[in-house]
Order: sequence, then C-alpha cells, then structure tokens
Amino acid sequence: MGANETGIIGQSVRRKEDARFLTGAGQYTDDVTLPNQTHAYFLRSPHAHAKIRSIDTSKAKAAPGVVAVYTGADLEGVNGLPCGWLITSVDGTPMKEPPHPVLAKGKVRYVGDHVALVVAETRSQAKDASELIEVDYDVLPAVVNPVDALKPGAPQIHDEAPGNKCYTWSIGDKAAVDAAFAKAAHVTKLDLVNNRLIPNAIEPRAAVASYSRADESYTLYVTSQNPHVERLLMTAFVLGLPEHKLRVIAPDVGGGFGSKIYLYAEETAMVWASKRVNRPIKWAAERSESFVSDAHGRDHVTHAELALDKDGKFLAMRVRTTAAMGAYLSTFASCIPTILYATLLAGQYTTPAIHCEVTAVFTNTAPVDAYRGAGRPEATYVVERIVREAGVEMGIAQDEIRRRNFIRSFPYQTPVALNYDIGDYDQTLAGANELADVKGFPARRAEAAKRGKLRGLGYASYIEACGLAPSNVAGALGARAGLFEAGQVRVHPTGSVTVFTGSHSHGQGHETTFAQIVASKLGIPIENVDIVHGDTGRVLFGMGTYGSRSLAVGGTAIVKALDKVVAKGKKIAAHLLEAAETDIEFEDGKFSVAGTDRSKTFGEIALTAYVPHNYPLDKLEPGLDETAFYDPTNFTYPAGTHICEVEIDPDTGVVDIAGFSACDDFGNIINPMIVEGQVHGGLAQGIGQALLESCVYDPESGQLLTGSYMDYAMPRADDMPSFKVSTRVTPCTHNPLGAKGCGEAGAIGSPAALMNAVLDALAPLGVKHLDMPASPQRVWHAIQSAKAAA
Amino acid sequence: MYEVEYQRAKTVADAAALLAKTGGKPLAGGQSLIAAMKLRLAQPGTLVDLSGIADLQGIRREGDALVIGAMTRHADIASSTEVKRAIPALAALAEGIGDRQVRNMGTLGGALANNDPAADWPAAVLALNATVVTGKRRLAAGDFFKGMYETALAADEIITAVSFPSPRKAAYAKFPNPASRFALVGVFVAQLADGSVRVAVTGAAPAVFRATGIEAALAKRFTADAAKAVKVDASGLNADLHATAAYRAHLVSVMASRAVAACG
Repeated sequence: MGANETGIIGQSVRRKEDARFLTGAGQYTDDVTLPNQTHAYFLRSPHAHAKIRSIDTSKAKAAPGVVAVYTGADLEGVNGLPCGWLITSVDGTPMKEPPHPVLAKGKVRYVGDHVALVVAETRSQAKDASELIEVDYDVLPAVVNPVDALKPGAPQIHDEAPGNKCYTWSIGDKAAVDAAFAKAAHVTKLDLVNNRLIPNAIEPRAAVASYSRADESYTLYVTSQNPHVERLLMTAFVLGLPEHKLRVIAPDVGGGFGSKIYLYAEETAMVWASKRVNRPIKWAAERSESFVSDAHGRDHVTHAELALDKDGKFLAMRVRTTAAMGAYLSTFASCIPTILYATLLAGQYTTPAIHCEVTAVFTNTAPVDAYRGAGRPEATYVVERIVREAGVEMGIAQDEIRRRNFIRSFPYQTPVALNYDIGDYDQTLAGANELADVKGFPARRAEAAKRGKLRGLGYASYIEACGLAPSNVAGALGARAGLFEAGQVRVHPTGSVTVFTGSHSHGQGHETTFAQIVASKLGIPIENVDIVHGDTGRVLFGMGTYGSRSLAVGGTAIVKALDKVVAKGKKIAAHLLEAAETDIEFEDGKFSVAGTDRSKTFGEIALTAYVPHNYPLDKLEPGLDETAFYDPTNFTYPAGTHICEVEIDPDTGVVDIAGFSACDDFGNIINPMIVEGQVHGGLAQGIGQALLESCVYDPESGQLLTGSYMDYAMPRADDMPSFKVSTRVTPCTHNPLGAKGCGEAGAIGSPAALMNAVLDALAPLGVKHLDMPASPQRVWHAIQSAKAAA
Repeated sequence: MYEVEYQRAKTVADAAALLAKTGGKPLAGGQSLIAAMKLRLAQPGTLVDLSGIADLQGIRREGDALVIGAMTRHADIASSTEVKRAIPALAALAEGIGDRQVRNMGTLGGALANNDPAADWPAAVLALNATVVTGKRRLAAGDFFKGMYETALAADEIITAVSFPSPRKAAYAKFPNPASRFALVGVFVAQLADGSVRVAVTGAAPAVFRATGIEAALAKRFTADAAKAVKVDASGLNADLHATAAYRAHLVSVMASRAVAACG
C-alpha cells in the first residue's frame, strides 16, 4: 500500500455482514419466494451404472399438483454441461469429453445422476409424483475406484472414453529426473491415497428460476460462487440463450468450498423449464441429495519417489497419480489434478528436476472437482509425506531436512512451470517452531509415555499458487475462460460509495475487507461504503471466488478503479482550486494544492462531479463512477509451516490433537481477524480430511455408503484443538495490495502435518505407513499389524 | 415425509385403543421415528403421540428401586438429583446421548421400544437387571430385548416405566462412532446389590448382549485390569465402515475396563 493510505487497513474491523447473518436477516436462495412459484424435485438414479430401457412418466404427470414432468428426451436442443479446461494428453490428443447430459439420456452413470425433473405446486407433491415415474433400468456392473477403472475388463462407462481414461498428462523433464535418480545416494518411495471428500457446505445447493414473457428474459437465483461464469456457460454453451437475457443472482451463500463454482444440471434444467411452464420454479437440495450430487473432492492414488544426495539435498522427484473424475467432467475437473496439482510439486524446495504423470479416470461416482485447495492440498500431501519419510530414513531432523532444501533466492523458476515471486520459508518455519514449542516436545513425549500414550510431532511446509491467474498463461495451459476480475467504484453525489465486485462472498467477509480498502483509500468512513456482489444484473462482470483469489485479483481490480476515481477527482479539484493537476495531492480524504492549505474534501469533489456548475465540461465528463478490469501477471504464492502434535491412545487408536500451530505468509493483510478465521476454517477442513472424513462407495454396487452424517464423519468443534496461528509478511511483488490470499492455506498444510505427527507417534511401534483418515480403527489395526510383524 | 394422521392420547388405555384401531405407531420423542419418516423410510398411517399422558412422566423411588416414567426425556434424567443420588451412572449415560436437542426430545421409553443396536439405554437396563413395565405386564430386562430393533412389545403395548434396582456400583463407558457419535461400543458394568456382576454391551452386535466372560472375570476380581485381560470373541459382532469385528471385540474389553475404573 502507498504511504498515504492509513487508518483501517490492517485492523480487525468487525464484519459488516455479521449483524444480518446473526439476526437471521440474510437472504439466501431458499429465502427467495416469487409469486405463483412452483417447486421442483429431481428423480435420481438409484443405480451406479445402468441402461435406461424406458421411462414412463404418465402416472406422475397425472398426480395431484403436478405441473410438468421432463426427462432427457424432452430437452431437445439442449447441450451437455461443458468442461472449462482442455487438458491435452502426452500423445497430443485432447482429453476425452463424453457428453454430460442435463437429464440422463439412455444411461445413468452414478447414484444420484439426474433422471427426471418434476414440477409441482408443492415440494411434497413433486416428490410424491417422482415416485410414480416408472424407469426400466438394465443394471450394469459399476466401478468406483480409479485404479480399478483402468484395469482390463473394467465396466466401460462412456463409449467416447475407452478404458475409462480421460487423459494421461505429464509435466517436467523425465530424462533429467531419470538421470538424477541414477546418481542418487538415497531414494525414498511412497504410495499414497488422497481420500475422497464430500464438501458439505452448511447451505445445500438451491435455485429459483423464472421467465418473463414481457421481455423474454430469465432470472436465476442460485447458490453460486461465480454467477457471471454460471451465466456464460449456461447461456452460450448449454441452452443457446442470449447471454443478456439471463440474470443470475447469487445472494447470500452459506459456504461453497469449491462445490458451488460449477454449472450443475439442476439449475440448468430449471431455467429451461421455467419458460415451458411459464412460472417460477424453486428447488433446494435435501442434505441427502447434497451427498450424492455435489461435486466431490480429491480422490487420488499416487506413487511418489524422491532422490536425495548423501546430505539430504533433493535431487529429483518422480510422481505418478491416478485421479478420479467421477462419472462426468464437472466444470473445472480436468485442471485440478494437473495444472493446480503437479505444478505445486516443487513445494518450498529447490528440487531441480521433477516429473509427474497424471492419468484421469472416469468412475461410477459423483463428479470430482475443486474442493478447498483444489490440487494444492494433494500436492502438498505428496511432497510433505515423502519429505518426512526421507528425513526419517536418512536420520535427518524434520525441520532440518526442510531447511536444507528451502528456496532462498527469488524470483525462483521451478521445474514445474511456476515462477515464485517472493517468500521467506525459514521465517515461517522458525515461527511455527516457536508457536509449537518444539523444544519442549521431548519432555512432553516422555510425560505422555508415562501415561501410556504415544506422542508425535509432524511438519508440513506448504506452498500454494493462488490469485488465479494470468489469463494468457491459463489460456496456454488449456483454460477456456479468462481469469481476470472486474471492479467498479460508484461515488454518489453525497460522497458515499457503492462498489461492484466480480468476486463473490460466501463466508469470506468481502463486504468488510473490500470496504476497508475503499474507506482507507478515499479517506471516508467505512459506513459510507457498500459492497455489491453476486448479481449479473448489477455487477458488470466477474470471474468469481475460488483459489484464494478475491483479495489479490478482485481487490486489486477495486484498487485500480479507485485510482481512476482519485485521478478524476484531482482533475476536478485542480479546476476548483485553480491549480495545475500535477500539483494536486490526495490524502486523508482531501484534495490539496501541494504546499498550500487550499483543499477540497472528497465529498465536495463528488458533489461537484454530479452538480457540474463550476466544472471543466469541455475537457471532462461529469459523474464519478470508474471501472477497472485486472488481470494478474503471475500467481501469488502464499506459504507457511504447520506443525501438529498428537497424542495417541494405543488401547483404542484414538488420535487426540494436542496442539496445532500454523505460521503463514499471506503477504499484506487487510483484516487480521478475518484472515485468522479463514485459517481456522481451513485447518478444520484439513484436519477433517486427515482425521475423520472419507467418502466411501460400495465397490460392488456403487452405492454411496457414506450418504449421511451417520456414516460420513464431519468434523465438529470438539474434534478441534485451540489453534495457534501467526503470520509473517513478504508482500506479493506484483499486485498493489501486496496480498497473496489466505482462504485455502489451512486445508493445504494441515493434512500432511497431522499424518506426519501420527506416523511420528506410531514410529516406535514399527508403524511405517497410514492413509487418511487416521480413524481410530485404522490406527488400532496399524498398531496390531506392526506388532504382528515385529 | 409422507402424509400422516396425528392423534394425541390422554391415557395409556386410550393410546393402546388408538393403536389397535388405526394400526399406527406410538410417537414418543420422535428422535428415530421422525427422522426415518423424513427420509421416507417409515410410513406410519397414524402417529399416536404419548407426550400428553401424565402417567408416563416422572422419576420416583419405590423401595430400593428407581422408577423412571417411560416418557421422561434424556435431559431430565441427566439433570435429576434423584437419579444422581440413586444411580449416578444413569444420569451420566443420559448426558452422553446424542446432542442437546436430541436429549431434550428423546425419551427413555422411546429408546427402549426402538431398541437401536447402538442405543445406550438397553445396556443400562440389561446390566442393572431392570424391569420394563408396560400397560399390560412387567418384563425382566433379559426377556425384553429380542434382537435388532426387536423387543417383546406387542404392537399396541406401551412401555409405562422402567424400574432400576439400585446397584452397589455401576458405570457406563461409551466409545463413539466417529461419524454418528452413537455407541460403536458401549459397555455398562454393574455390581448389583447381591454382589453379582452384570456387563451389558451395546453397539457391538445386532442387539445388546451380556459379556459373560467379563462378568466371570469381574466376579472374581472387580478391577479394570481384570476386565481388560478378557479376550472377547469377535464372531457374531458387527463389522462396518467404522469398525471391524476384531476392533469392536477389543473395544469391549477396553470400555469394560474403563467402566470398572469409573465405578470407583
């Protein structure tokens, strides 16, 4: 930030949005009720894989309250749901993109696949009628595990994707890696599973679609993280509607974590149907539907090898990953285990040669796409697990092996495409060591042993690439969209300000953080600033919120627009103060003539812009409303070290988190309280993955076995320790805020830190390997197996 | 949820008559039944609400026994000074059921009539050799529980109260399922007034059962180590996503030893 911006930047300002959320005044999609509205229910496939011989909707259509029933056959002229990122296989062929029909056509490919849409006067009537739809299924064998799906003779899910393979993609210099391995003093090998997760945002997905005959336009309220992208994809790629005839509004949204980025079948079918029935249609997922139909996360199977010299310096890394796509390609599925995964495999280290090959596979499961961290937690998990293993094997302390390999010279070009602009990994490692009182650990371990408990300490030094992304770079890598952000600053005649941002807040606190930037920059009270987001009818454009990009990209767009406001204000001030424009300074909400006491307040300039009686009308337009688009020149690179300390009860296998410390570098921070909250949430999600959560499909039937909270272990408050967090700052070099992003870091570093701690605790018993989640029974069985082998 | 008729009974006889007439289901706290109905897994034509029946309420002493009305909520048992004085293990068990909302609605009688394989109350009733009192008869605990979700109750028979004889010592130790927090294994250990030891296990098998091996060991020596040393046979125990039968068998011994330790 420039020297003239003071005040509330860096302050833990209470969130402007909290009062409305805490008092029930939030407006979520399910709160939207339109006159004459109908209700939708989706009949879903009970089978993981089946041919549809026939569908008879006649009884359902005759049921009480039913307005219409639609199946795939009715959606004439409607295209499939698109994938927004083209990945090219190593053999030069494009990835396989089988059709992703809005409603199933001829076949269903996962439990929860959309078969029919029932529109009725009430939600219950729609659901009752759906039970009267007679579907004649020819049930086929299913495959749910990505490794199994590649085996010869596996059930074939799409004709267009032989062997269920979507693509095999690679990055890095294979020959250099092979050469480095050949001369390595030590090689560490590891097989890992990154467990599949179900997102579970607190607000289930919902939509209200309506059509206006008056101007042939549609309005869609939907739980979306990026309404403009939703509109673009739905109109241009699927429904063939004029883009300007659809308004998409994503009002208050109760958490996304990635799962609300995508264009889903439900809202697409509803927009289409709203014109057919000529009435608004509303749908809100039941939690059971969320489990089967939200895009899931992770689901990787990986083999990794790390080559080291005799001193523990990393020479090369070799990684082979099989990644599940689920039954269809979700909106950004293809780029998650490639562009957002393999490019992060350098971590914080100077590993000179890295090669990674990724095979993406269709399975008879819900689609898999970005989930908080999106590829980067998977990469960090591989790197930090194998670094631990190498340290143990070579007898090098966990912090020391990391220090020996840290990158210290910036900018740094990794062997996997990314160029890190700045960082100080020693600083965050030292900070975490201090927070975690690592010095006191041996004493704590000895004390725990006296109580019959096993204590362990685990590190993860993570890096992430955020601030997605330079559009031209992304485009060269296969992105089918731009990744800039738009911001508009509208100054009203009385000097209050409305900001329109293409970022979307669904828990991140943008209404406060962005307002702090504006209030500080313009020198006006924060109460005079409102942030508007999530409405294609009000906001000019936007790419939305994901990949920890809102502040670095969306915030920067606002700063650029603010710069234009100030520049125009100076012109107006110069006229009023009869001075040269170059002599006008703007500070603390005042435009002054340098070196004099002559000045005009921001409010006076705003009023003049709209009441231009004394105004340079020949040179300057009236009004004060500026827009900027910002396309970043690089990713941002938040990084840090997380240290987890666990205590395990060998009698039960229960892992108790004795301490969790995170020292992160997010660049400059606008609101420390909000950042801390984001870190806490991310840590809880990462700890959830490592300790509790696991999505399990039955390998035979393909049924979702963890289809409710009875079997899917969501983390709860009492599963969490009291986190110790701190930050260090190396400002991002290529955006004016110096900001890097903080939304995903917690979920990226914590799984590896926790698993490394568990393995450290169990090491004395001879346990060498464990996959997530470290559930009590897994830990107990690992202990029993180690005892049996001893 | 499908459409359902709702009836509110005023007396036990009234409820039995309504159930016989409608073929409906009695509604106690609804913490299992309503959830199943919302998932459309249960479709009773009629619900007969028992919450208005005064005779089913209340906690009182009858001689050496603690008698708890069937419609007493878990939360009321957990906070009852009478229960805490007579059999504190019951108050502690009630405090550990579900979450606050469940405890404020769920009832002792409802839980017993449902006989969920992972419910907590069956372990207490069986270990304490309690008597289940219905509108028609008195059933010894050993005769009441029949199998998974099965009891000796007839369709129109309603539990009115449970009579718990005061033990010398008793405690319950639960290992929660990491997802549902129901008992993955729950063990209730009681040393009864006559000095005999009963150990009842929930969560581990299709229905609550007595761990006779542990009972025998504790009869000889009532110590945590004695319980822990017993190797429980895994055959017949539940195996699912959350626990193998071998792990559950192991946990039975561990939880029994923790319950003994908690007996003081």
